[in-house]
Formats: sequence, structure tokens, C-alpha cells
Amino acid sequence: MSDVPRLPSKEPEEAELLHGRLTLEMHRGEHSDCVSRRNFFAKLCIALSGVCAVILGVPLVGFIAAPLFRKVQQGWVTVGRTGDFEIGKTVNVKFTDSSPLPWAGITAKSAAWLRRVSETEFIAFSVNCTHLGCPVRWLADAELFMCPCHGGVYYKDGTVAAGPPPLPLVRYPVRVENGEVQLKTEAIPITTTLS
Amino acid sequence: MKRLLTAAWRWVDDRVGITDLVGPAMNHLVPRDSKWWYVFGSATMLAFIVQVVTGVALAFSYVSSSSQAYETVLFISNDAPFGHFLRGMHYYGASAMVLMVGAHMAQTFLFAAYKYPREMNWTTGVLLLGMTLVMGFTGQLLRWDQTAVWSVVVAAEQAGRVPVIGTWLARFILGGDTIGGATLSRFFAIHVFLIPAFLILFIVLHLWLVLRHGISEPPVPGQPVDPKTYRKRYHEFLEKHGHPFWPDGAWRDFVFGTGLIIGIALLAWFAGPPALDQPPNPSLIGSDPRPDWYLLWYFALLALIPPRIEGYLMLLFPAVCAALLLMVPFLNNKGERAPSRRPWAIAVMLLSVIMIGALWVEGIRSPWSPNFDPGRLPVSLIGASTGPVFQGAVLFDERGCLNCHLIGGYGGRRGPDLTYIGDQLTKANMIVRIVNGGTNMPAFGSVLKPGDIDCLVAFLSTRHRVAK
Repeated sequence: MSDVPRLPSKEPEEAELLHGRLTLEMHRGEHSDCVSRRNFFAKLCIALSGVCAVILGVPLVGFIAAPLFRKVQQGWVTVGRTGDFEIGKTVNVKFTDSSPLPWAGITAKSAAWLRRVSETEFIAFSVNCTHLGCPVRWLADAELFMCPCHGGVYYKDGTVAAGPPPLPLVRYPVRVENGEVQLKTEAIPITTTLS
Repeated sequence: MKRLLTAAWRWVDDRVGITDLVGPAMNHLVPRDSKWWYVFGSATMLAFIVQVVTGVALAFSYVSSSSQAYETVLFISNDAPFGHFLRGMHYYGASAMVLMVGAHMAQTFLFAAYKYPREMNWTTGVLLLGMTLVMGFTGQLLRWDQTAVWSVVVAAEQAGRVPVIGTWLARFILGGDTIGGATLSRFFAIHVFLIPAFLILFIVLHLWLVLRHGISEPPVPGQPVDPKTYRKRYHEFLEKHGHPFWPDGAWRDFVFGTGLIIGIALLAWFAGPPALDQPPNPSLIGSDPRPDWYLLWYFALLALIPPRIEGYLMLLFPAVCAALLLMVPFLNNKGERAPSRRPWAIAVMLLSVIMIGALWVEGIRSPWSPNFDPGRLPVSLIGASTGPVFQGAVLFDERGCLNCHLIGGYGGRRGPDLTYIGDQLTKANMIVRIVNGGTNMPAFGSVLKPGDIDCLVAFLSTRHRVAK
């Protein structure tokens, strides 16, 4: 504003008017030097805002999205000794996730349906319905898994018997080591039928 | 004293500019005929204020840790002074906010208040509706009980259906591979900081747009909206038929809002907040997760859509609904506003209400869910205490038939009611159905012995409308 030339005038009011008009004209972009200077400042401010946004945004997005890239070590967990399981019976076994966060508390626990098929063979199913992940229950006499949410039903081999589930129940790897039955913990099975 | 207070107020007002800031909003003219139909917007905002106040209070005791949140909600509900009441206020405040935003949108749609020049009022309102529903869902999760834990899994599974990036989205929601320490704090941040910040931003924008374009005048048949003349006509209308918002227009908002708060408080005091389910232990599988009432209709939809198209519908339905709602003012922003001249608008509204209402009722009944505790058929209903008919009834209980089928009011509703099945199927047909299964019914051929099937058929054959 101080760079605006003050032109001589007989009347102070007229001078003020002229001064104002000149300032207005400069604001309207009729003074090329000033325009380039203002353009520069405008672009500088926008660029600096972008720099600030990047400084704040990159760690923000990285922090929030970190779970997507965190490698969780899945491992074998013992769910009992072979003698604990009767041949032909399907039982609910509980275990703790292999690498829970220290403050996970009881949310680190998980479950599976385990069946001893023979002396040496075990099979284990995820408790998550493949429809929308609700916990399926085992009806021993009917030899069916049933889901309480939307009525999905599975046969004892995990194949779909009725209802909306698009896929059979997911199986966990099972092994017997030194008389212990071990499951390999896995991520919650996410059904991705459209991909 | 009064003179001192007046002087103090004038000093503060001069330095802060309160009158300059809110004066135009308070004194702007509103149509004199905008009566009780126009209170739902302010009631929605009031319900939001209730949520902010009670939410801040609850946050004084709530710990957003996966291992401790459940205990803190128990403490708030059972031990903290006014905790039970505040949780109830927060729950019924959320319900009121959903109801009021729905009523506000319905009124705006029926009065075609979204037409020129208020297209963006509607669009920002649709976004606020979406945020309100997200707040409702994430708020239910913060109870962090069994239902909350399994609801997170359901949300992750739904996100997982998105092609290509589905698994990533699911992991983002869970905070990893499974439910765990990272899960709850994400939803806490979303519910308490992220969405409220956007809500406040869009409420301010929405209010600014209301002030900028004015409250729509009640529609009159034969007075269509013409963008070329509307503004001029609206201002002339206000000059003739308007009065200041404060207090001439605002008193109804205050009366209705006060009634709303009293209603919320009474429900909170007498009905109390929703009971907590079991602790958030994912290894407990006796859970039967259900969303709160405002999303129960969508829960029902997920159960009723045909499995073949479910994957597409699960993703497309919310997307298409959101797109249609956002597009409403751009499909038609001029012409008649009166509901009597817009029969299609009334039809769309009625169909929406009937559809959501019917799905909601089905969601409450959940007939597709097995009954996991059907009890036992009484001997009086079986009609025998020994022999094949009785043995068949026992097998009907034990083999899970009663979990899905109703007989004389006992059992589940997932399958057909078999109370009078003896009148409907021959013995041969029953055997075929039991052995091979049928539509939405498992095959029991490999589970039942021939003698079992004979007993079951003997029992089912005795189910007649008139005893034979």
C-alpha cells in the first residue's frame, strides 16, 4: 500500500479518492509488476500449505494404515493333548492369537471347531461363517454347523448345506507334535467372492 | 445491578461482536406459515448437542482399550453416579437423532424444499444422514461386548466383498488380521474425533446454506419453482408473509426440542440403556449379534436377498441408495413443489417407509435364524408317550429339526411350519424330503438310520389340523 504513488492534488479528499482508485486498480491486476508479485505470494502460500499438508498427512496416513502392512507372525498353538479328544467328537477349542498386542486382553482369544477323525487325523474349522463372519455353532446330534445371524447351515465336513454362505467353512491346518494337538493360527477368513 | 450487567454486556458485545455475528441469523425473515413441519431440522441438531454433551461426560470414565473398555462401560452403567442415566441419554439421543434426521429428510422431500436454489442444502443433509448412521454403528461397537466384537467382524466381512481392495479394507477395519488390541481404539477415534469433526463442519455448512437461501416457504399447488424468478419471488413473499426467526419462528423449535429432550430423559431414566452382552471374548461363540434398531432393516436385507446376487447387492445397494439420494435435487430442481401435484414423490416416500418398515419387522423376528433353545415338545402335543410317534418326536428334537421348524408353537421359524404337515405331504414325500433335503434344508440321509426315518415320519404323519 505504501508503494502506491501519492499524486499532488488541490483537495485532500480528491487525493484520497485518487489514491484509493489506484490501489483498487492494482488490486484488479492492472499493475503488472504488482500482479506478478501478488501471484507469486498467492502461489507461495498455496505451495507452503501443500508442504504443511504433506508433513502432517504422510505420517497420519502411514500411522492409521499401519495395520495393513504389519506382518503378524502366525504360528502353531497347542489346544490340548491327543488323549483329550474323543474320536468322532467335534469340540470347541480356545487358544490365544500368536502375537497379540500387550493391551489386547481377552480380545486376543480365539476359537475353532476341532474334530478327531481317527487316531492320528484331526480336522479344524474356523468358527466364522463364510457369509458375514458370525460364530457358527455345532449341533452334535444333527451333525450340522449353524449360524445364528442369517441362518447359514453347514454339513459336518464344512460344506454348505443351506442358507446364504457362499463358501464352505474355512479349515485350519492341524498337526500332532509330541502328543499335542496344534492348530496354525490364521487371520479371520474374509470372504471375497467378487474379486 | 441491572445497569451494571447491561453495561458489562455492551462492553463484551462491542469487543467480541456477538450481536453482529448472530444478529442477522436471529433476525432473518422466515415464512410465517412455516409451522410444526419445520421443527425436525433443529430437533436433529439438538439431538446432536445431547450426544456431544453426554458423550463428553461418558468419555470421562470410558477407557478405549480392548482389554478394559467393557469393564468401564459396566462401571458407568452400574456404579458411576448418573452413569446409567447418561448412557441411556446417549443411546436414546442417538435414536432421536436418527429419527429426527429421517423426519427432516422426509419433510424436505415431500415439500420439495431441495429444489432451486437449495440443492446443496439437500446434498449436505444427505452427507449428514450418512455420518449419523456411521456414528450410530461405531457407537454400538464402543460398548465392546460380544455383540460389538462380532459386529466388527460382520463389518469387516462386508468390506471384504469389495473387489480387489476388499481384504485390505477388512484388515483396516479390524486393525490387523483379527480382533485384538488395535480394533477398538480405531473405532473410538472414528466415533469421538473424526466423524464428529466432519459432522460439525457439515452442520455449520448446512446452517450457512439455510441462512443463505432462506427457509423454504410452504409449497402451494400451482406455484412452481422457476429458477429465473424464484429468488425475487421468494424475497417478495418474505416481505409480505415473513416474520423474524427470533422469537416468532423459533418458539416452536424450542417447544419441540424441549419435548424431545424430556422424552430422551424419560426413556433414559425409566427404560435405561441397552443391556450389555457377554465380555468381548472372541472365543465365546454363543453370540447372536444384531445391530441397533436403526440398522436392523439392513441386517434383514442381508438375510433375505438371494445368495446368487448377494455379493453385488451388498455393495451396490448402499452405493446406489447414496447416489440416488445425492442426485435427487439434480434430477429435478424446478417445477411444482406441492405434494398434491407430485404423486410420484408420495409414492416413493410411502414405498420407502413400507420397505424399511417391513424389513425392520422381519429383522426383529429374524425368522431365518435357527432357534438354538427350542425346548422340548410336550407329551400333550406329541400325543403319545411311547412307541414310534414318541420316538419320532424325540428325534425331531435331538436331530435339530426343531431348531428350524415350528410345531404347535414350539421350535424355530427358519423352515416351514410343520404343525399340520400330515395334511400336506404323504409319507413317501416326507421320506424324500428328509433324506435328500430341499430348498434351504440340509439332507439328513447320512445322519439318520432307516429306523429313525420311520419314527420321524410316524410322528410327522400325526400332525393334522383335525385329529384323525
